[in-house]
Amino acid sequence: MIGDIQAFFRDLSTSGINLTIFYDAFDFGRFVTGLGYTLLLIALSGFFSILIGAFGAAVLSLGRGPAAAIIGGYVALFRNTPLIVQMYFFYFAIGSIMPVMRNEIGLAQPLIGGLAWAVISLSLYSGAFNVETFRAGVGAVHRSYEEAALALGYTPRQAFFSVTAPLALRFSFASLANNLVDLTKATTVAYAVGVTELLYVSNQIWSDSLNTIEMMNVILVIYLVLTGLVVFLINRVEAAMRLPGFGAGGAS
Amino acid sequence: MSFSPTSAPLISLRGVRKSFGHLEVLRGIDMDIRKGEVVAIIGPSGSGKSTILRTINGLTPINEGSIRVGDIEVSDPKLDKVKLRHRVGMVFQQYNLFPHRTVLQNVAMAPIQVLKERREQVEERARRLLAEMRLPDKADAYPGELSGGQQQRVAIARALCMEPEVILFDEVTAALDPEMVKEVLAAVRKVAEGGVTCILVTHEMGFAREAADHIYFTDRGVIVEHAAPQVFFTEASDPRTKEFLSKVL
Repeated sequence: MIGDIQAFFRDLSTSGINLTIFYDAFDFGRFVTGLGYTLLLIALSGFFSILIGAFGAAVLSLGRGPAAAIIGGYVALFRNTPLIVQMYFFYFAIGSIMPVMRNEIGLAQPLIGGLAWAVISLSLYSGAFNVETFRAGVGAVHRSYEEAALALGYTPRQAFFSVTAPLALRFSFASLANNLVDLTKATTVAYAVGVTELLYVSNQIWSDSLNTIEMMNVILVIYLVLTGLVVFLINRVEAAMRLPGFGAGGAS
Repeated sequence: MSFSPTSAPLISLRGVRKSFGHLEVLRGIDMDIRKGEVVAIIGPSGSGKSTILRTINGLTPINEGSIRVGDIEVSDPKLDKVKLRHRVGMVFQQYNLFPHRTVLQNVAMAPIQVLKERREQVEERARRLLAEMRLPDKADAYPGELSGGQQQRVAIARALCMEPEVILFDEVTAALDPEMVKEVLAAVRKVAEGGVTCILVTHEMGFAREAADHIYFTDRGVIVEHAAPQVFFTEASDPRTKEFLSKVL
């Protein structure tokens, strides 16, 4: 079976379409590594960016003091500067003043490597957008729900976490899907700090095998599939959390 | 009526004033409500009826005057809101049930989370209240699956589950179709018969007339008239009351 596939793509290469990743074990290995790192970046950054967004929106909804000002400043800084500049800043400016360890064979090894900086950078970047997404969700929840909770003796904080936040989440999915799709595509920027994600390994492959056009097409298809999966996943979660008579598609 | 007219009022408002920006919606409200009474506040829209209710449980802070509920001074800055809202429940025009919680959870969650009562005990009480509201088989439904009248009865059960002394009813039938008004009014009557002090803002004149012990008529932020219903509806003296009654009766 695998032999047949390899043979097919090896034959295909003679006709001018050279997809080495499907018949050359070394290129295939590199490609799978890249895909793995891309998936890792999406999963970790997506997770942390949602945490950051939820935390930031909660602070903005509950507080007005310095904590809210800090969140506002963070959103302004990370939403309004280019991602690649932020990543360079973390990797080169902050990374250079971080302690450097020695690994087991005595080579210099930074405490925080390219992958970790990429995750930090992507999480903060995407998190800034998620703060606004969740804040908009909170704004969409009618105040009467919170009032009903207050009238039952809930404190504003209890009312927020028990009533407003769960409803706000349901208003946030469309915008959250946008942000996560954007994050999926933005993982390619990790290339700039040497993370061997999909774009990085593809570059290596086309440099060695001179099949740039083929690999470009492969990358386009892969990202289309990845973003499609992200949207599918969000839609499934949204459907599972849909409430009768509430939000889009429902009365009242 | 089992109350003695000389007993101290459970709720008293003195010179209550409230402004929203430049608009003064309450311009000196005085009320005395005794335990177990059913009081209806009626009046044209914008006259401050709902605001009066919302000041009693502290949802709307007042600018001047004082409000006492039992031994609680509502305008006290150190007010224990949990204690106040344990004693004073509220039912809203738009029901305001929590759409992400089942009917049973809606009714039981506040006593569990706010009063820290035992779950089994609260849920047993909640099921009993749902049965009293003639909704025994709706415990696991979501509010969005119920009719307006059913939702409002759940909201009444939710208020009752806190075991309050007073329930504020804020135009609880105003959002309902006519055929559902009756079932909700029957539920309100049941609450009143159970001895809970009821303060209703309502446009249901017929209900106010037969169920209330006292009628307060408000207009432009003041109480224009206060009387027993039979007196109010037949011998109203103030021209504003007369004009209002001629429109609604």
